[in-house]
Amino acid sequence: MNRRENLKLLFAGSIGAGLLLGCEPEQVKLQGKVIGTPGGRTEEEKARDAKLIAEQFFTEEELKKITTLVDIILPADEQSPAATALGVPDFIEFMMKDQPDMQTPMRGGLMWLDFEAEEKFGKSFNSLEASQVVEIVDLVAWPEKASEDYQGGVRWFNMLRNLTCSGYFSTQEGWKYMGYQGNVPNVWDGVPAAVLTKHGLANPEKYAEVYLKPEERSKVAVWDEAGNLIG
Amino acid sequence: MSLQIKETQDSYDVIIVGSGAGGGMASKILSEAGLSVAVVEAGGDFDPAKEEDRTQLRPPWESPRRGAGTKIRPFGDFDQAIGGWEIEGEPYTRKDGTQFDWFRSRMVGGRTNHWGRISLRFGPNDFKRASIDGLGHDWPIGYEDLKPYYDKVDKLIGVFGSKEGIFNEPDGFFLPPPKPRLHELFIKRGADKAGIPMIPGRLSMLTRPINAERGVCFFCNQCNRACQAYADFSSGTCLIHPAMKKGKVDLFTYSMVRKVTTDDNGKANGVSFVSKIDRKEYKLKSRVVVLGASACESARILMNSKSKAHPDGIGADSGVLGRYLHDSTGASRMGILPDLIDRDRYNEDGVGGMHMYTPWWKDNKQLDFARGYHIEYWGGMGQPSYGAGGSMDSMRKYLKDEFGNPSPNGGYGAGLKKDIRRIYGSTLGMSGRGESIPQYSNYCEIDPNVVDTYGIPVLRFHYKWTDQEIKQAKHMQDTFEEILTNAGATLLGTKPGPESMYGLAAPGRIIHEVGTTRMSNDPKSGVVSSNCQVHACKNLFVVDAGPFVSQADKNPTWTILALSWRTSDYIIEQLKQKNI
Repeated sequence: MNRRENLKLLFAGSIGAGLLLGCEPEQVKLQGKVIGTPGGRTEEEKARDAKLIAEQFFTEEELKKITTLVDIILPADEQSPAATALGVPDFIEFMMKDQPDMQTPMRGGLMWLDFEAEEKFGKSFNSLEASQVVEIVDLVAWPEKASEDYQGGVRWFNMLRNLTCSGYFSTQEGWKYMGYQGNVPNVWDGVPAAVLTKHGLANPEKYAEVYLKPEERSKVAVWDEAGNLIG
Repeated sequence: MSLQIKETQDSYDVIIVGSGAGGGMASKILSEAGLSVAVVEAGGDFDPAKEEDRTQLRPPWESPRRGAGTKIRPFGDFDQAIGGWEIEGEPYTRKDGTQFDWFRSRMVGGRTNHWGRISLRFGPNDFKRASIDGLGHDWPIGYEDLKPYYDKVDKLIGVFGSKEGIFNEPDGFFLPPPKPRLHELFIKRGADKAGIPMIPGRLSMLTRPINAERGVCFFCNQCNRACQAYADFSSGTCLIHPAMKKGKVDLFTYSMVRKVTTDDNGKANGVSFVSKIDRKEYKLKSRVVVLGASACESARILMNSKSKAHPDGIGADSGVLGRYLHDSTGASRMGILPDLIDRDRYNEDGVGGMHMYTPWWKDNKQLDFARGYHIEYWGGMGQPSYGAGGSMDSMRKYLKDEFGNPSPNGGYGAGLKKDIRRIYGSTLGMSGRGESIPQYSNYCEIDPNVVDTYGIPVLRFHYKWTDQEIKQAKHMQDTFEEILTNAGATLLGTKPGPESMYGLAAPGRIIHEVGTTRMSNDPKSGVVSSNCQVHACKNLFVVDAGPFVSQADKNPTWTILALSWRTSDYIIEQLKQKNI
């Protein structure tokens, strides 16, 4: 089905569930690959996206640290892939350029990793064993357990955790893991009955006859002079 | 966005400045009466049904920033309001350390492409507030004057809702409302306990068709991206483009109006504008000029329209041009509902807004502030995009393990991932939107020292909230806590207190700014008459929210549309009678 046919259906009000408009296979392929945002962009926006994509913020060493850390924050499990498999480092690289206020705190946090690694293990962060990496991460990953000395590191790690989660759950795999079922044309007919029962809730009785009836969804509305919907 | 400037005639019956709600309605009504119309818009053309303009249903992975906001789209990368709080090359300034934030949208349809579609009529009391509480001024018109136009707007554009019979929340010609979402039912439980009403939302989205030209809602929750099926109201899709198809309407895009030009007698004879494409000055001529550029932009154009006949700008002799600028009040609170942790999954997108809301329900005579507010509710299983899974450094503690022990905040690993999935869709909240008291001392004026990139003098704002708005915000915070707690939610964050004016948003932030060219039948207390005709220039009209005498605790759009239709009818009649 092409887009024109989709639109015809939308106008007719007879769309079936599961029709994923605007998410054709070639667009799915783009997932994780950084291109500029489509849809009504101004020349200024197009130029800015292209410029940001062409620039490189992280050094190779920094990117290696990020790669290690995002997979510690969101590793693979039996139901879902690891953060690196979903292109999270590329996303964070882009966000550094898109929101440059994050650059200094991010770079500072990545720098601190080497300081801490040298102090503790006499090596750079990227040369540490996995268990040593976790030892350092544990210093800053738990805001309420971290000592006063590490509060700066906690703030940085919070930022990295947030960015990792943003980059992870905004992908198709992330949606699948989260169980998000929207972004498809459908007909809302209220909370499923089983869910209402489970929570001991009901739709207000008063509006039973007023609420949209899905089967009337293609009928052109007609009112009487007093504003009552009569057809 | 298509870059083009139309080579067309240079003289029209009517020139309309701006293509938002007010300009859009005027273009439709005036062109249908057979008049030739030029619509002059500072941004580009936009049509959400065109693939190159569409952002609706695009998943976040099509955006390199995954839908995060930018300076030009502060409400998100897919949001269809191009402009924002700060526009490159188009500055504004503030005076005496006060704050006013000005949101502008440069595109056909203006801010109607992304607005919340909350479509509330002003009620009988909303036009006569001074008579009720002695503050501010009454409108020179009443509900009965606008009711026929509200009726016509309902039928032309479409709004869902329920007939309630509440005196100051007049019913209209409603389409069927959608059933509530789960969090709305929980909130209703809390509101019921507090004796606070909650009724179906009133939003301009087509749950059923109203004609063959527009489709029906397919419940994607993305009205802020503008609808490719035209199932919600935006001025471009419902007014401007249909008017262009049917009548003699020419659209001038990327055209920034500098001033209204006048003849020796002070009568308007056209506009002078700068093309943003070649940065050259152009002139258009017309018999009538209609300003619908937004309350502040139209005031700015009037102030800059200086001539021999109007030495201080058009309408400045009223003494109130730019004065009585006011925005809605706004404050918010959120909570987390333990009952919604580990919730069942289903498609909960719904329409692009709340399915239930609370209209103002109290009598101000029993309160220490004069005007009311309505409450908008939010929550649910929204689309995970930029920001998803965030704030676990402070939110994770609300998750308990099988022994009832709270999870530690922060962390990492498979356990963190699971907790993010568990907490998804369990936060909810509410926002109050209230009426402020218009003040002579809150205003915009021309900054004598600053021009924009087109050499046009810019606005300087001066705005301070009064005790009235601060006390109202305090009441909002008490109410929000009561509803959330009654609903079984745990409050998040600390309750905003006097140090933050109870969380009262800065003026301008609610984007309901009105009042700068207010109406009065006395030329010494209003810029325009009750027909929105500029007292000092009879063939010049204002059809945006500038003429509002007071902004009710409603959203302004439905009243802009009704008023613009009424003004357009008046223009047609005056032209017929050869009065203008």
